[in-house]
Amino acid sequence: MKFSGMTLGLGTLYAVAPGLQSSALGRAFGKHTKEANGEEVKPFTFLQLSDSHVGFSGPPDPLGTAAFERAAEVVNGLPQRPDLVLFTGDLTHDTEDKDQHAQRMQRFKEISGRMKVAKTFYVPGEHDAGLDGGQLFRENFGETHYSFDHKGVHFIALDNVSGPKPAIGAEQLAWLRQDLARFPKTAPIVVFTHRPLFDLRPDWEWFTSDGDDVMNLLAPYEHVTVLYGHIHRDDEHTDGHVKHYAARSLIFAFPNPEKVNGVKKPIAFDKDHPFQNLGIRVVSAGDGELSVEDVELTLREYSGVNGIQQMAKPLSM
Amino acid sequence: MAIPMAAGAQGQPKVIEITAKRFEFSPNTLTLKKGETVVLRLTSADVTHGFFSRDIKVDELIEPGKPLEVMVTPQKAGTFSVICHHFCGAGHGNMKMTVTVVE
Repeated sequence: MKFSGMTLGLGTLYAVAPGLQSSALGRAFGKHTKEANGEEVKPFTFLQLSDSHVGFSGPPDPLGTAAFERAAEVVNGLPQRPDLVLFTGDLTHDTEDKDQHAQRMQRFKEISGRMKVAKTFYVPGEHDAGLDGGQLFRENFGETHYSFDHKGVHFIALDNVSGPKPAIGAEQLAWLRQDLARFPKTAPIVVFTHRPLFDLRPDWEWFTSDGDDVMNLLAPYEHVTVLYGHIHRDDEHTDGHVKHYAARSLIFAFPNPEKVNGVKKPIAFDKDHPFQNLGIRVVSAGDGELSVEDVELTLREYSGVNGIQQMAKPLSM
Repeated sequence: MAIPMAAGAQGQPKVIEITAKRFEFSPNTLTLKKGETVVLRLTSADVTHGFFSRDIKVDELIEPGKPLEVMVTPQKAGTFSVICHHFCGAGHGNMKMTVTVVE
């Protein structure tokens, strides 16, 4: 399945198969998915946001929800409204005060609700669910793992934070196996979750202990993309035919672990560039390949190539 | 097959006491020998903590009031981190122990 994307402001916009209608190859792919899967993939765009950590305010980001609120504005200003938004966890920052945590979740929902999109889907992060096993998340959004279909694409939400360890767990793996069994091997699949499903940096807790079990279940499927958050930086990882994309956060960034001798500390806040390293990525497709371009978040008052023109950059295939 | 063991009482593997509490391990550094088996006796002083390292091959939960023993035989030399991988509160992200494995 081909994705392409553009930078917006905050988060990552994905366009699913925008070339389907405009090229012979695209139209053939659409025909093929209709015959093989029973439903033709129709072009659409969607957005990934992650790690808003509502309730956090500290040296790495004293601005609190400013980046998240700016993201909502940018999303509403897009020339083409995305069909849906995926939030890949750490919606709120943790607190042991349950009432305060509930208030943070309400604040998150209020800001998220400003985005004028038809559908928004959520998975928890460990800061949402680590202390209460996901109870607050379920009270607000329902199940922590689920799936849905949109215009020929099967979306799967996985929870690797509510259990006692960074893991999916046997029960959820059994559910995933049954869920996947409903689809032919040619079905386009997007998995979204919080932690990486592979050992990115286990010593930074950037892993899922049974991630291999998940990927083994997905291995027979020809078109799989995994979207996740947690690491507060963008990353792209290829495993066979599967691409894993991490989204930037909406609060503060972590550095590349290889460049800091393994010392895990947030990148310091820069008051002159308050949104740098937060939440922007361009994903564009070539011949069946995706490429990623990092673009810094633009502030409302910027103009020129670092501002509106960048956000209006056309999609490339 | 005989497995080399760090010398303890009566030829038993050496037992090393490790206590986990918010948000540190005590001791927070450890030196082991490659190929030698030791027993880590893990205790929590407050809440449930995790004890995890792919390199040392440990993946345990330490519940308060339920100490446990883990037998470890490091297979490679180097410096590794053991982290708490059970979310235990605000300082969880920095809770780790440095383990040095010597030849």
